[in-house]
Amino acid sequence: MTLAAKSLLLIAVLGLAACNNPDRYGAGGAGGAGGAGGAGGGIDTTGLGDPNNPTSIAYFNQRVGDRVLFAVDQSTLSPEARSILSAQASWLNQNSGYAAIIEGHADEQGTREYNLALGARRAAAVQNFLISQGVAASRLRTISYGKERPLEVCSEEACYAKNRRAVTVLSAGAGV
Amino acid sequence: MMRPMRATFRAVLALALGLCTLTAAPVLAQEPPRIVIGSAVIEPMPIAVPTFVDEGGAGDYARQISKVVISDLEGTGFFRNIGEDAHISRITSFDGGVAFEDWKAINAQVLVTGAVSVAGDRITVKFRAYDVFNGQVLDGAALQFAGTTQGWRRMAHKVADVVYSKITGEGGYFDSRVVFVSESGPKNARLKRLAVMDYDGANVAYLTDSNSIVLAPRFSPAGDRLLYTSYETGFPRITLMDVGSMKRRTLEEQPGTMTFAPRFSPDGGTAVFSLERGGNTDIYALNLSSGQLTQLTNAPSIETAPSFSPDGRQIVFESDRSGAQQIYVMPAGGGEGTRISSGKGRYGTPVWSPRGDYIAFTKQNEGRFHIGVMRTDGSEERLLTASFLDEGPTWAPNGRVLMFTRETSGGGGQASLWSVDITGRNLKQIPTDGPASDPAWSPLLP
Repeated sequence: MTLAAKSLLLIAVLGLAACNNPDRYGAGGAGGAGGAGGAGGGIDTTGLGDPNNPTSIAYFNQRVGDRVLFAVDQSTLSPEARSILSAQASWLNQNSGYAAIIEGHADEQGTREYNLALGARRAAAVQNFLISQGVAASRLRTISYGKERPLEVCSEEACYAKNRRAVTVLSAGAGV
Repeated sequence: MMRPMRATFRAVLALALGLCTLTAAPVLAQEPPRIVIGSAVIEPMPIAVPTFVDEGGAGDYARQISKVVISDLEGTGFFRNIGEDAHISRITSFDGGVAFEDWKAINAQVLVTGAVSVAGDRITVKFRAYDVFNGQVLDGAALQFAGTTQGWRRMAHKVADVVYSKITGEGGYFDSRVVFVSESGPKNARLKRLAVMDYDGANVAYLTDSNSIVLAPRFSPAGDRLLYTSYETGFPRITLMDVGSMKRRTLEEQPGTMTFAPRFSPDGGTAVFSLERGGNTDIYALNLSSGQLTQLTNAPSIETAPSFSPDGRQIVFESDRSGAQQIYVMPAGGGEGTRISSGKGRYGTPVWSPRGDYIAFTKQNEGRFHIGVMRTDGSEERLLTASFLDEGPTWAPNGRVLMFTRETSGGGGQASLWSVDITGRNLKQIPTDGPASDPAWSPLLP
C-alpha cells in the first residue's frame, strides 16, 4: 500500500471517528485535527501524514494554518487572516486531491440563532477569499456551528478570541 | 386583553383594601376574590386546599392531586396555601356542608374542595372553589374531569387552571407541555437531545438521541408537531417531527445552504425560518403541505428568529441591517419591515405573545443579557431579568408568564430553564434532570 493510500484509509477512519470528537471542530491546533486523545479514542495522528511532508493534512493544519480569527460580531478578514488564507489557497491549488469544509464559529456572547448566521458569514468570507485565489468552488463547502462548539471554554476575551474562528477542515477527495 | 394600567391599579387598590377589611370587619358583602396580573406587587392570596376526598379506589391519587393543585397555584406567586395543620374543619365529604366560619377564621379567601375516585384505569376528579367570605362557589368553578389514571397530573393541572382563571381573569397555563433541549457533556462537546416535559418539569420524555446537535424546537399550534434545527444530515437543517409517532423529516435540503430557526404559522400550515446561502441569511416561508417556498426578506444582512403575530398577519424578526441586532415587524407576506426596538444594546429572539399584546425578546447590553417585553410598536419596554446569559423567551399559553434559558459563565457553565411573569415577579428555576436549554411552551392542552 502506498503512503497516500494508507493516509486515505486512515482519513476515512478519522472521518467516522469524528462524529463525537470535539477535535472535529478545530480543537486540534498544533496537534492536528486528529489529535484525538479523548472522545476519538487512540487514533494515531500520523493519519494526517507527516507534518514534514508538505502534501499532508498535518502540514496544512500546522504549517500553513487551518484557521483564521475574527473580531467581535465581525466577519471581515484581517490582514493576518488574508495572509493565512492566501497560503491556504496556494496549498489547495497545489494539492488538488483535497476538498475542504469551512466551519464558522462564534463566541458565546450572542443569541443562538444569530450566532449560527454569524458563523455562516465567517465561513463564507473564507470560502469567497479562497475562491478569489483560484480554489475551485466545487472543492469548498461551509457549515456554521454558531456558539455550539467553542474551542476554549472560559468566559473571558482570551477564550472568546480563539472561538471566533473559521477552520478549514480538509478531507481527501476532489469535491464535497 | 390587558386592562388599561390605571384601571388595573385601581383594582389592586380595591383588592388591598378588601383584604384589610376582611379581617377587621367581616360584615359587608365582598367582591369575589380577585388578583389582577400585571399590577404592582401584592401579597399572595391565602387559600386552603384540603386533601381531596377519596370517593373510592383513589388511594394515593387524592393526596397527590391536591399537592399538584397547591404547587401550581403557589408556583404563580399569587397564592399562599394555608397548610392543613392550621385548618379547623376537615372536608370529609365532597357534598357535605362547608363550615365557612372555620375557613374565615384562618383567613382563607378561597377554599378548594375536591374528590377523586378510581375505577380500573379511569380516574374522576371533581372540585369546587369557594369564595369563603360569601360562602358561595365561584362562578363556574364546580367541575368534573375524567380520564385515565396515567393522566392524573393533568387532572390536577386542570383544576388549578380553573381556580387560577376564576381569580385572575386570565387564561390558565398549568395543563401544558414544554419542549426543550436536554444537555450533557463538557462545554466544548455538548451533547443535545430533544425532550418534552410538563410545564413544571414533571413527566420528561426524550424525543431524539444525542448523536446530532438539535436546537430551538417549537410546538405547532395544535401541539401535535415540532419544528427544530438538527445537524442530523451533517448540516443544520429545519426538521419537522410528529410528536405522537416521533417520525421526523428534514425540510428544505438545498445543497450549499443552511436552514434554521423554524416556527409555525398560527394555522400550523406554514413554517417560517432562516435560509443561509453564501453567508447571507434571509427569512423564507415554506408551505408544509405543498412544499412551496417563498422568500420574505431580501437583504445582505442577517434576518432570523421570525415569529408570527397570533392573527397570522405579521411577522416579528431580528435583523442586523442597522449594524447590530434589532427587532422589526413586517407583513406576513414579506417586505422591508419597520424597526420597533429603540433602546441601547442589541435585541434578538423576538416572540409574539399568544394574546397579541406584547413581544418578548432577548437584550444584550453592557455585557449582560436580559429577557424583556415591549408592546408590538416597541413602546413600554420592560426588562424582566438580568444575568451573564439569559436568552430565548417562550410564552405560556396565557401570555402572562415567560420561560427562557439561563446559562452560567466559565468552563463549568451550564444551561437551565427559568420562568418569570411579565411583571418581572416570581423568577424561578424549572426543575430538570440535568442542564437544559431552548424551552418552547405548548398551547394549553385540550
